[in-house]
Amino acid sequence: MKVLMKGNEVIGEAAIKAGCRYFFGYPITPQSELPEFLAKKMPEVGGVFLQAESEVAAINMVYGAAGTGARVMTSSSSPGISLKQEGISYLTAAELPCVIVNVMRGGPGLGGIQPSQSDYFQATRGGGHGDYQNIVLAPSSVQELADFTMKAFDLADYYHMPVMVLGDGAMGQMMEAVEFKEENLCSSLPEKTWATTGCSGRERNIINTLYLNPDLLEEHNKHLQQKYEQIKNNESRAETYLTQDAEIIITAFGTTARIASSAVDSARAMGIKAGMVRPMTLWPFPSSAIRETLTHCRSILDVEMNAGQMLDDVRLAVEGKAPVYFYGRTGGIVPKASEILEEIKKIGGISYESHLRQA
Amino acid sequence: MHFESVIAGFGGQGVLLTGQIIAYAGLMEDKHVSWIPSYGPEMRGGTANCSVIVSDNKIGSPMVEEPGVALIFNEPSMEKFEQQVRPGGIMVVNSSIVEKKVSRKDIHVYDIPAGKIAKQLGNERVANMVMLGAYLELTGVVSTESAINALGKIISKKKQSILEINKKAAEIGASVAAGYSVDSLLG
Repeated sequence: MKVLMKGNEVIGEAAIKAGCRYFFGYPITPQSELPEFLAKKMPEVGGVFLQAESEVAAINMVYGAAGTGARVMTSSSSPGISLKQEGISYLTAAELPCVIVNVMRGGPGLGGIQPSQSDYFQATRGGGHGDYQNIVLAPSSVQELADFTMKAFDLADYYHMPVMVLGDGAMGQMMEAVEFKEENLCSSLPEKTWATTGCSGRERNIINTLYLNPDLLEEHNKHLQQKYEQIKNNESRAETYLTQDAEIIITAFGTTARIASSAVDSARAMGIKAGMVRPMTLWPFPSSAIRETLTHCRSILDVEMNAGQMLDDVRLAVEGKAPVYFYGRTGGIVPKASEILEEIKKIGGISYESHLRQA
Repeated sequence: MHFESVIAGFGGQGVLLTGQIIAYAGLMEDKHVSWIPSYGPEMRGGTANCSVIVSDNKIGSPMVEEPGVALIFNEPSMEKFEQQVRPGGIMVVNSSIVEKKVSRKDIHVYDIPAGKIAKQLGNERVANMVMLGAYLELTGVVSTESAINALGKIISKKKQSILEINKKAAEIGASVAAGYSVDSLLG
């Protein structure tokens, strides 16, 4: 049955439905409804909600809980996620599964509290020190906040790594109809034999990130990179919208993709053949979904709530085979569909060659 | 059917709740719905607004640029949204609080003395339901019955007794919007 819920609360409910019983966090706008929701709900299901003394403490509590094999989550918004980066690097090195939610707000610095997507680089390039990447899921509706949060726990357990759910303030605050599909949860994950659960009757399990021998550390890095190759081959996802005959392709994720889809509809109504590729995973990046449109697409317009970050990945995917334009708003300003439509018109396509401008 | 509305007023006037009722009622009628508040360092007495979309189709942008309907609870909201309403659109104004008159000639304006009606009903806090009743009468986005059922779902079990006065407020709001005089309704 569908219910009307706020995005932030949906993440919390989805986590509980996915079997998460540990949440460690620290409040920050615009995601505070999520810890507030879990503060009430976790005790009801026998779980633990703990408001830590800081983001740094919270992420290290995640490390501890994940080490015991428990499903665990933390959440924050941009400045708080920056504070967690050391812990995320350690979780990655120790190959501990966990879910990290970033409800992005405008930066840099303390920035503001309005929606933004300016943590794309941080999220998709690892964020902390060392050679690593995390799976990054980019929901674009309240329903996807539920679906992707549940999926994140499965992916984290399957690949033994942190998985980030990357939302933004608008999505966290908005209400839409949502249905929790527990039947989609994976039922055949391997047992966590590596967890530190008390070693009586078995060999000790050690969870560690320190390798003073460079040969061993290189081996460990190779192992991580192999894992990332496997993920790149198996887990990249994108949604295409009206791309089949599109001459102009918009690339956008999250809330921006919702707005851009309205701009695509308006462009179509004017006779402009526009379409959209929406990455649902930001890492691994669904390059092939973009590349497949290049057989008929004349130009690409990347739209983001930042100064142009996913733009780099779009350009890498396109490999110079089509001009890539960019439109973005920063500081917490949400782009309007009408603004995106204006950009589409400027880029033109066949029926609007008079508007063509240089890249 | 695709309705984009903005509901705006002071914090504490039930502005966000009114939007939630519309969205929830839309959901109960199997429509696609979205509700998104303005948020910021806001407080009681400050301004608050939310955008609600109810549609037969999947909703693209949840942001409302040009509302078809604006429910205006106070004067700052009138100033903010008067120019945004799309030509031919509807503006429902809480005329008990808003003294300023709408200058645009290309939109339909309905002055509803929601504060006064609510006061006469014995609870000033149901003014938002008077406004909602008028909105539903003018747009038919959802039925009043669904709206009251939605309110019943949103408020706690302990507060179900307030449903009756809210329903009455919505009904009077609808009648005023339909052209009946306030005095004849409240006798």
